[in-house]
Amino acid sequence: MIKTLTTSAIMALALTTGGALAAGDQGHIEDIAFSFEGPFGKYDQEQLRRGLKVYTEVCSACHGLRYVPLRTLADPGGPNFTEDEVRAYAAENFFVYDAELDEDRPAKPSDFFPTVSGEGMGPDLSLMAKARAGFHGPAGTGINQLVRGIGGAEYIASFLTGFTGEEQEVAGSILYGNTAFPGGWVSMAPQIEDGTVDYDDGHNNSAHHIAEDVSAFLMWTAEPKMMARKQAGFVSVLMLVLLTSLLYLTNKKLWAPHKGKKVDI
Amino acid sequence: MSGIPHDHYEPKTGFEKWLHERLPVVGLAYDTLMIPTPKNLNWWWIWGIVLAFCLVLQIVTGIILVMHYTPHVDMAFASVEHIMRDVNGGHMLRYIHANGASLFFVAVYIHIFRGLFYGSYKAPREVTWIIGMLIYLMMMATGFLGYVLPWGQMSFWGATVITGLFGAIPFIGEGLQTWLLGGPAVDNATLNRFFSLHYLLPFVIAALVAVHIWAFHTTGNNNPTGVEVRRGSKEEAEKDTLPFWPYFVIKDLFGLGVVLIVFFAIVGFMPNYLGHPDNYIEANPLATPAHIVPEWYYLPFYAILRAFTADVWAVQIVSFLTGGIVDAKFFGVLAMFGAIFVMALVPWLDTSSVRSGQYRPAFKWWFRLLVIDFIVLMWVGARDTNFPHDWISLIGATYWFAYFLVILPLLGLFEKPTTPPASIEDDFNAHYPGAAEKAAE
Repeated sequence: MIKTLTTSAIMALALTTGGALAAGDQGHIEDIAFSFEGPFGKYDQEQLRRGLKVYTEVCSACHGLRYVPLRTLADPGGPNFTEDEVRAYAAENFFVYDAELDEDRPAKPSDFFPTVSGEGMGPDLSLMAKARAGFHGPAGTGINQLVRGIGGAEYIASFLTGFTGEEQEVAGSILYGNTAFPGGWVSMAPQIEDGTVDYDDGHNNSAHHIAEDVSAFLMWTAEPKMMARKQAGFVSVLMLVLLTSLLYLTNKKLWAPHKGKKVDI
Repeated sequence: MSGIPHDHYEPKTGFEKWLHERLPVVGLAYDTLMIPTPKNLNWWWIWGIVLAFCLVLQIVTGIILVMHYTPHVDMAFASVEHIMRDVNGGHMLRYIHANGASLFFVAVYIHIFRGLFYGSYKAPREVTWIIGMLIYLMMMATGFLGYVLPWGQMSFWGATVITGLFGAIPFIGEGLQTWLLGGPAVDNATLNRFFSLHYLLPFVIAALVAVHIWAFHTTGNNNPTGVEVRRGSKEEAEKDTLPFWPYFVIKDLFGLGVVLIVFFAIVGFMPNYLGHPDNYIEANPLATPAHIVPEWYYLPFYAILRAFTADVWAVQIVSFLTGGIVDAKFFGVLAMFGAIFVMALVPWLDTSSVRSGQYRPAFKWWFRLLVIDFIVLMWVGARDTNFPHDWISLIGATYWFAYFLVILPLLGLFEKPTTPPASIEDDFNAHYPGAAEKAAE
């Protein structure tokens, strides 16, 4: 009975995780060893900066990041810009409508990344890396998320490099073949190829590297406090292990006389 | 108060006597903490403390989250992102609250199955059991209401599907659903009332928990043998029990510590493991997600709901007999609530004279099958309804009802139970020979 119930508790948790539940015509997602995976994984600051450049030069034409404040580019655990760099980046790249002035003005660090919407524009990318699950297995249980993460960044990278080159016209719009997109056809045209973006640090700018960099950046926009969270988790677990060990010894000593045992603590 | 004889609080100083004559609150706290507890309780008895901790954790984190959350369809999703990005420690608060709900349900399911195995529901503890079932129902309601608040896609569509269940009730269903939603569809009025009720129900749960504890402090705890504490005299009772403080408080806190290590590892290292990715997309009434899946803790009952489709003969017969009033959808709703209802009736469905499952050789196997059935239903509740999932859920749902309505009543009549130990002391001493030697000295 004890065994059954123990196994059941563990299985119940493992078998039925929400992130794993979408089944069906999933595309192929390539696993990538990102620096931010696992309990000790961290964002690679240089990679986030490269990813930001890809977003600014390519993605931002059609996709917004409406939930991300520009000032957070200077936050610890992110691209770690200086405040001057944030100010310059905001003013150079984005114009926002100012209700007080009743006109557009260059963006300030206190603004958000722009909201992009309208005909032909794509979905907002702020949370995309958490809104897509790359991995569901085995048997749709999602247990392998324990090892590989939920796979949102992998999904984005696989999507960006997954175009087959095929096209078809459906109801007046062109759809592009994509091996990662559920269903296999998507209305976004291929955007990333070798050399699409030139990196300031001279980093390899093959299509795969560009896709990985922008995926890492989008993981950061979705989960900007990840490093703080992991640290908090680590400290909590450590303190609880200490507290629980002390409680174990206390409990042992407390019960010893009633169990007729000798305990030397 | 009746129950197990033990020492009661005696006010000593002048002030204590003065207060005790006017409000015996110290006495109440003393008697509650010092209650004689069967000394042979095993580790399955720690989950009560875990549950009490969860309730406090959820209320405290919830109250702080409310300070930063905006219950409006245009702002709810953004306010959650504000909590995640701008509020000090907000990301931890929200992840603890969201995963805290899961811990709450892990604990309550283990607690319920522990009660089912050791016969904790049997006389004289039926009221404790019924109150417990009410708490569980309130938890289900609170969890569902809370899941709607972030206003993601699963929030919205989950709310649409679940309130649609009430729409399946014949004649009054449609009106009832509109009344619940505050309009023809899930919208701002729905979000606001769900928010209000999500804040209210935890305090109802807290009150019910107090009654739950009151009830089993009146009857005394059950224990793994199911043998009652001897209560002829204080000396006799003391052979079977130890006071709750400090023996069980320390033991339970140790258990809680182990559970929390796992909990904080999940919160810290994979907080979205139990969530659904679609809930990071803002609610959109115009786009239905490919698969609408409830949170894991509803899945067994969701599977029972979906098991009874129009081509199941039982559904066809009932539909024919009621002249079509009970259609497949309403049948499913009745089955889902019925699955919980039969569990609440278990004190009267179990006919065995022996309380603990440890001494019931046949029962053990049926119980193991029920645990497996529960897990299978949970798994299949998250799958699509194609073959073989439809058959698995139907077989699983049938066994659930058969266990409570057929197997338990019959087992009590035909099963030959083994003999439980004469006393809790005997059971304890059998585990700890040293204790027996010491008692003999």
